[in-house]
Amino acid sequence: MPVPEHLEFFIDPSRCIGCESCVQACSECDTHRGHSMIHLEYVERSRTTQTTPVICMHCDSPTCAEVCPADAIKRTEDGVVQSARKPRCIACSNCVLACPFGVPKMKSDLELMMKCDMCYDRSSVGKKPMCASVCPSQALFFGAREEIERLRKRSAAVNRFRFGNQTVTTKVNMMVPRDARPEYVDVAAAMEEDSLGGDIMLNVLST
Amino acid sequence: MSTSLLKSGLWATIVTGLLAILILLGSRNLAHLDAALVGYLFASLFATFGLTYRYTMWLQRPPTAMYWRRGWRVFFRSGHLWRNTAEWFRRFFRGFALNIFIWKRGRSRWAAHWLIMWGCILASAITFPLVFGWIHFETLPGNFEWYRAYVFGVPTFAFPIDSILGFVTFHGLVWAAFLVIGGVMIAMRRRMREHGAAAVQEFGEDILPLILLFAISVTGLMLTASYTWMRGYAFDFLAILHAITVIFTLLYLPFGKFFHIFQRPAQLGVAFYMDVGAAGGQAVCRRCGEPFASRMQVEDLITVEHQLGYRYELPNSSVEHYQWICPRCRRSMLAVAQGALWESARAEESRASALTNAMDPAGFE
Repeated sequence: MPVPEHLEFFIDPSRCIGCESCVQACSECDTHRGHSMIHLEYVERSRTTQTTPVICMHCDSPTCAEVCPADAIKRTEDGVVQSARKPRCIACSNCVLACPFGVPKMKSDLELMMKCDMCYDRSSVGKKPMCASVCPSQALFFGAREEIERLRKRSAAVNRFRFGNQTVTTKVNMMVPRDARPEYVDVAAAMEEDSLGGDIMLNVLST
Repeated sequence: MSTSLLKSGLWATIVTGLLAILILLGSRNLAHLDAALVGYLFASLFATFGLTYRYTMWLQRPPTAMYWRRGWRVFFRSGHLWRNTAEWFRRFFRGFALNIFIWKRGRSRWAAHWLIMWGCILASAITFPLVFGWIHFETLPGNFEWYRAYVFGVPTFAFPIDSILGFVTFHGLVWAAFLVIGGVMIAMRRRMREHGAAAVQEFGEDILPLILLFAISVTGLMLTASYTWMRGYAFDFLAILHAITVIFTLLYLPFGKFFHIFQRPAQLGVAFYMDVGAAGGQAVCRRCGEPFASRMQVEDLITVEHQLGYRYELPNSSVEHYQWICPRCRRSMLAVAQGALWESARAEESRASALTNAMDPAGFE
């Protein structure tokens, strides 16, 4: 069963409070029970306490799948990029190294790549993925676009990301300032940016 | 027609032709071919063509081609051949004979796969040589109680029909069927009970192969039951039914899940590639300065991504290519990029607010 079209995933790293609820809940998902697929990263530990949850962005043209020599990664018709197919994955780590968002995890002991599949057992029947169902600050939000637009009046959703000369379009959206509304989020340009932590963005949390 | 299609078509024709020649040689110009198995023979030739075609198409994908070349090259490195050969056997035994990696993924998954795999290997080892006429049995001249096995028309050992060896040999497919049915039962139970498996499984990819294996095994056992205990009751019908299930499976081989049987051995080459990569120079993240992967693999990936049409190059940056950033930094940078957008939006707001104050300092409007 496909993920209902009116339901979308929205991430907002600036709202993350680092509680790790998503990490714990993720391993309860039936499609990867016992394995947490979400990454919770300190953005730059020495300068800021800010954390960010990273889930699979489910690219329209997934680099991980294209560089897989075993053709083990498939994208379902509803745009969800699934974990590597167990009979095919040869544990080469190409996908882990190629993903521009740094998402797939190599389970070396199992000789298998595993990744966030948007909790397909849940999202395909219209339920929220585990992480979105427990995130207290709603940094991870799964629902209708109208709903998040109503709840976050200063934010808008963007699903295009720039890495040098490459633009990647994704199924998952990121919340950005509505007034600026950039065409894409320039991720590679962030290499030149200082990390966050200079001020506390209460205005972000209030929107 | 593209070059890759032509190349695959040519390879498929060559390999199928070679098999046909081997069948002619092994069956001594078809003299020992079993007419009842001719349907299987043509389905096998079709499967050979399809499998070779798909395999060579797969090998032409840029990442597969890269690993294929690299795998062989590192295997045949001078001074390492003996050690690599010993290591190859060790890995083959652990991975393919014992399925250790599946054991680690789950016990029931392992039991299902191991039973099905060995059942299919046993059945294939018996069926294909018989279908191709490479093996046949004849009674000894003047002694109907003994059989002699002929391999490629060459007489080999003889044994009494009523011996233990005879019983085990002539019931080989029965033992194979028991193994396969046991494995299919375990696999089907898992697919019916596990929510996770149920969510991502597809009928054609995951259920149909189990149904086919079950159908082959059960109809095969029914044939044995018919001639052993039921005086050949409905034998002709059962033989046709069994043939349909086998032929359908042979035709399905190149298209579905069974293709992994031929694809999976590539894992052995990857293991050697990873070993060499780990022992060689490491790629250092050009953002955080930490080593994160083998330099050889990162350079190969840059080549493969370019062949696939991706453009992760970073013009005007000392980083040169996004592939030189480690996965951890990539995850952090997503948040940094979003934060930068908010900071610039707030700066814009502050500027607008300052401008408003400057134009109307007393706030009259």
